[in-house]
Amino acid sequence: MLIDCPHCGPRDLAEFSYQGDATRTRPDLASTDTKAWLDYVYHRPNPAGRHREFWQHAGGCRAHLVVERDTLTHEIFTVSFARKTSGGDAA
Amino acid sequence: MVERASPLGSDFRPGSYGDFVEGTGVTILEALKGSIVEASAWPGEEKTLAENLSAICRLKLSASPGSGAANREGTCAFNIGPGRFIVSGQGEALAGVIIAAIDESVGTVTDLSHGRAVFAVEGPKVEWVLAKLFALDFSLSAFPVHTGRATAHHDLFVQIQRRGEKRFELYVFRSFARAFAKTLRRASEDVGYAIR
Repeated sequence: MLIDCPHCGPRDLAEFSYQGDATRTRPDLASTDTKAWLDYVYHRPNPAGRHREFWQHAGGCRAHLVVERDTLTHEIFTVSFARKTSGGDAA
Repeated sequence: MVERASPLGSDFRPGSYGDFVEGTGVTILEALKGSIVEASAWPGEEKTLAENLSAICRLKLSASPGSGAANREGTCAFNIGPGRFIVSGQGEALAGVIIAAIDESVGTVTDLSHGRAVFAVEGPKVEWVLAKLFALDFSLSAFPVHTGRATAHHDLFVQIQRRGEKRFELYVFRSFARAFAKTLRRASEDVGYAIR
């Protein structure tokens, strides 16, 4: 599988590290809503299909990325810099 | 200031090795650098940093991905990430000059002179040998002279700059240098190699 890094271009999957689900929205840091924090930290929908994920080009430019891919076919739809998403969470 | 003792030890002895009956395909040498720094720009300051480095080092450096430059004194620089550059040169004072000259509002400069080792690999089979180790296109059209790439060989980060049509410089962590030298030598055996 190749990931088309927006800085380096297409690179082998081995250069990248998975960093987690990019669809979550972090609760306000001052929030004491335990359900909201439980959902944020532990609960994952694990969809079969299109999904947004954080990846890092750890073996390259070291940029953090948001990769939108199909978890069934591994087709990659978009790759963008994570810093350009809202607060690092879901855009 | 760079540690002048080679990290390669006695394993890295000059001579010809591998299948060199019909000539050596590559020559491997440790490129001794007086200074190696990594300069990183704050977001939005990438172009300013490239311009400042160009002025300090007398290079024509741009902020575009993978770009690079070198001058006749042996100072060279290349882009390894968004707003990040490796700069190296022969002079031991260069690192201090760059650190002093880059304003903190533009970015940061880290002296890596003691933390990196640089291998120069050159010869007619250099692209063949490096392509065994890295999933990159080493052809001249895809990887022009002076441009750079940040990549990895398994768990070893390597930054590569093309310094000539048949010459590359590979920057590796100094603590991995001896192990990486063995990997380079193993990959070069079938084409015959010389250590200088």
